[in-house]
Amino acid sequence: MAVDYATLKKGGFMRQKQKNHFSLRLRVVGGNLSATQLATIAEVAEKFGQGHVHLTSRQSVEIPFIKLEQIEEVKKALGEGGVEPGVCGPRVRTVTACQGEAICPSGCIDTYALAKELDERYFARELPHKFKFGITGCQNNCLKAEENDLGIKGGIKVQWRENDCIQCGVCVKACRSNAITLENGKISVEDSKCNFCGRCYKACPTEAWDTVHGYIVSFGGLFGNSISKGEAIIPFIADKELLLKVCDATIQFFADHAKAGERFKFTLDRVGREKFEKVIQEVYQNG
Amino acid sequence: MADFKIDDTVDITDVVCPVTFVKAKVALEELDDGQILSIKMNDGEPVQNVPRSIKEEGHKILKLMDNEDGTYNLIVQKVGD
Repeated sequence: MAVDYATLKKGGFMRQKQKNHFSLRLRVVGGNLSATQLATIAEVAEKFGQGHVHLTSRQSVEIPFIKLEQIEEVKKALGEGGVEPGVCGPRVRTVTACQGEAICPSGCIDTYALAKELDERYFARELPHKFKFGITGCQNNCLKAEENDLGIKGGIKVQWRENDCIQCGVCVKACRSNAITLENGKISVEDSKCNFCGRCYKACPTEAWDTVHGYIVSFGGLFGNSISKGEAIIPFIADKELLLKVCDATIQFFADHAKAGERFKFTLDRVGREKFEKVIQEVYQNG
Repeated sequence: MADFKIDDTVDITDVVCPVTFVKAKVALEELDDGQILSIKMNDGEPVQNVPRSIKEEGHKILKLMDNEDGTYNLIVQKVGD
């Protein structure tokens, strides 16, 4: 029987070195699985694999030692417990996320909600090469936003609200960028130093800051055979709809300009980063 | 410090994270609702992080005072018993 490895790979089945065995990658969004899904995965790993799973570097789960002839049966058993196969190959991959503001005290954005939204919008979309999204909730960057083709980092834009300020001075020290000074009872923020970490607002006893929660987006990161840090084009995106438009435009640019098997960073290098920057600036200005 | 009637003091300059916060928290537990604690802490990580942790515990921060010797006093009013 001829085996269509490309189709299997598209469906998350990774060929193992052991003949006729596959490691099945599962669809995980933002690193979350329900207890029911976990129980199903455990059952399938016992019954069809070798009783263990592998946690991938990008928050997915793989069940190794699935036999070629049992693939359909495995998919059915997983499906009954609400688990789907993931994807490999040249398409949009698992959208990764930290726990974000729903759980983490440092979080500035709801990373999981955003991961689900991006997953629904783009998951498995066919592209010239793999394309990775990663979402991290704050400047602590637990999810390493800049190693993704498109990285999103939560941030908070602040404006001091004098009426509620008790001039305690906590924010001056909470700021790691030394952007805040307190002189004669007045707070001033040096905008060029602010990295939108939100620590001033989070530490403030009276929350005397007007805040906008938004996104810092980096483009063209990769962390494999070559290593490159994604770079921002726009300092801060305050609006989620605009963020999604920026993501749409990025994916479209990659689809239009990349050669087969070329990661986004190398497309940018070859086509010219300025060309891409122009597209993103245009979306940012005009929506 | 003249603005506040300090009921108790604790020095957390001799410990490191996360014991800094634990030591401050234990000192706050000794106090009654409304009493005021002065917490002496080092510059750097303690002064960047301890005030926020105290806030997240629900206590009221009144002032951060620079002792100008690389230490700070955080003045906190206890909220709750």
